[in-house]
Amino acid sequence: MAAKDAGEKRDTAMVEVVISTDLRAARAAEERILRAVEAHGYRREATFAIRLSLEEAITNAVKHGNGNDRSKHVRLRYHITDKEAVIYVADEGPGFNPGTVPDPTTPPRLSLPSGRGIMLMRAYLDEVRYNRKGNEVCLVKKNE
Amino acid sequence: MGDVKAKLTVTKEGEIHHVEFGDRKILDELTITRIGEQLNEMVSNEPNLRLLLNFRNVEHLSSAALGMLITLDKQVKEAGGQLKLSNIRSQIFEVFKITRLNRLFEIYDSTEKAMQSF
Repeated sequence: MAAKDAGEKRDTAMVEVVISTDLRAARAAEERILRAVEAHGYRREATFAIRLSLEEAITNAVKHGNGNDRSKHVRLRYHITDKEAVIYVADEGPGFNPGTVPDPTTPPRLSLPSGRGIMLMRAYLDEVRYNRKGNEVCLVKKNE
Repeated sequence: MGDVKAKLTVTKEGEIHHVEFGDRKILDELTITRIGEQLNEMVSNEPNLRLLLNFRNVEHLSSAALGMLITLDKQVKEAGGQLKLSNIRSQIFEVFKITRLNRLFEIYDSTEKAMQSF
């Protein structure tokens, strides 16, 4: 097992990894997903986008979703094909409304140290979708 | 000569502290906290610090790293110092442009230009 505290199961397509709310475990899981992306021959720009977005999504799940509570888990599901990478990141938090996150580029917020993760994911990916509760994000990057 | 601590290489060139990152990826909180603490210590130890951060080795940067840089910039300015960034790869510079932080930071193409700007 590459990821610490990870449980992995495979169905026909989607791979699921459950990790504890721990940044070291998160890093190992990220590397596992990125190895799958690289194995499918994604371009460097696409790999850059996926790495950045995955880091942002997992950080949000660990810090904001699970509140760094180590008794909670982050569930990663991914399906990587030659055409696209689809990755779900779910936490055990109460969720949030992504529509209410303010624009971090406007002058009063430009100098604040946080609040740019969702913006970067949206800039680099083809799709960023949240579930209704707001505690799971789906990241999609096409290999083109 | 350079003083290597953790994964930062710090070289004093005249009044300027030239810092090169050893990490190719400045993404996760563990790495960012370690770098932030070391840079904050430099600010605390030297008022009016002239600090040049050289990104030539950096291939990945997260929003948390940007947050660390914003906090550092404030601390340096409050202590009467100056912070400049240089040698940012085009892929990373795009992250600064998307977030419009290229307007907040002084960024130079080369080490030479950055050094001359102090």
